[in-house]
Amino acid sequence: MLTLSLVTKSSLSKSKLTLIATLALLLSACNDNDNSVVVTPVPAEYSYSITITNLTYAQPLSPLGVILHSDNKMWIVGDASSLSLEKLAEGGDNTDFLVDTNALASNSSEGVILPGTMSTISISTTDRMATYFTAATMLVNTNDAFSGLTGIDISTMAVDDTESWNLNVYDAGTELNSEAAGTIPGPVDGGTGFDATRDDVDFVGYHSGVVSQDDGLSSSVLTQAHRFDNPAIKLTITRTQ
Amino acid sequence: MNTNIKTNLKKINTLLSVSALIFASSQVRAQDLSITVTNLTQGLHFTPIITAAHASDDHIFMVGSTATAELQAMAEGGDISGLVTMLSNADADTNENPAGGFLAPGMSTTYTLTNEAANTHLSMTTMILPSNDGFVGLDGWEIPTEAGTYTIMLNAYDAGTEANNELINGGGTPGVLGIPGAPSGGSGTNGSGVTDTESNTMIHIHRGTIGDDDTSGGTSDLNSSIHRWLNPVAKLTVSIQ
Repeated sequence: MLTLSLVTKSSLSKSKLTLIATLALLLSACNDNDNSVVVTPVPAEYSYSITITNLTYAQPLSPLGVILHSDNKMWIVGDASSLSLEKLAEGGDNTDFLVDTNALASNSSEGVILPGTMSTISISTTDRMATYFTAATMLVNTNDAFSGLTGIDISTMAVDDTESWNLNVYDAGTELNSEAAGTIPGPVDGGTGFDATRDDVDFVGYHSGVVSQDDGLSSSVLTQAHRFDNPAIKLTITRTQ
Repeated sequence: MNTNIKTNLKKINTLLSVSALIFASSQVRAQDLSITVTNLTQGLHFTPIITAAHASDDHIFMVGSTATAELQAMAEGGDISGLVTMLSNADADTNENPAGGFLAPGMSTTYTLTNEAANTHLSMTTMILPSNDGFVGLDGWEIPTEAGTYTIMLNAYDAGTEANNELINGGGTPGVLGIPGAPSGGSGTNGSGVTDTESNTMIHIHRGTIGDDDTSGGTSDLNSSIHRWLNPVAKLTVSIQ
């Protein structure tokens, strides 16, 4: 006697269902005793470990948001930032970013990643469509600078495979780089983070760096210490399961 | 330009027929390249872009070497006509001015280039505005024979032909000190000049512009919050069919 238990998740492809059905038939054909066989396909789990290293001198990084999703990009150079990316880039708050409609799985590192330190988080999914990877973090002593990558195809990663990137700094284009008192959420200022007003070019581009009061921007609360260059973070992803 | 393309196509067709007869193989053949240039910056314009596939020994610029008069005209004033002639004389396959003028900050332009079998290397250049003699460059990238999409990040170079005085006075003719213009705006007037010497006369990685926050004086006519950059400044995506 044969009992076949199917997990009819929508993510299971037709071909896999066909395979299981075929297997059931074969098993039936071979089954000439009374042993009970239970075939329960367990959805494969895809797990990754992500490590971020802060390469800057004095730019703490907001908690790293990581997302697994299908084939799309969560920002594009030349296009306007989404509202959730604006909140991440201006205030370091990734709450909305992580529940983006494209997100199939998401996670955030626990706290701020200080200069010269690293942080590791994990992310898991059983969704077979979740084969693209996005990660983002704010350089908090800036108006709207963030670093990360988006829409990276990780579908071919096998268990224990590792990929690593040195990443540049983007400007969300949503807030003028005034560097003025009250506009920077990081410890140098303790100013406002997210502000819905868009008073800059309103498209994502590469950041031109902070100027600072020590390099001629008299109204800046930043000093030479807050200057940065590319790359600003190192990111490593390892498939663990 | 249309005539040039037609002539090139004719050459390629002839070459293909001859190759087919001699080698009876597809090892030596023309390639169809689809190229996208993205201006990654938020405050710099690119002047008309020139892209060419050429023989491995040819260069439109080389870091550590003196700029040719043709490159100088492009780097100081955005005039690519000299480079076009030079490349034509070298039997290169050339694409001129795909954006039909400036490539504005954050914008992309996509175009095709078919290279003859002998033209195995790709180069591209465009002037950065506002700058005295800053340019974006790709020097002799070996075109892969394997189909696929390749991404190349490009840096900003200094032609070494003009002092970086950072004064906007319309000076775009080779040998005339000054910056032709600042299409993105935000610039100032009446700067006293950052420097009047250029001690490194070889092509080198641009040290960046300095700018200032004084729109009616200071040393520079550039705006330190708008016209600076960090490398890379452009992204080249090459799809090979």
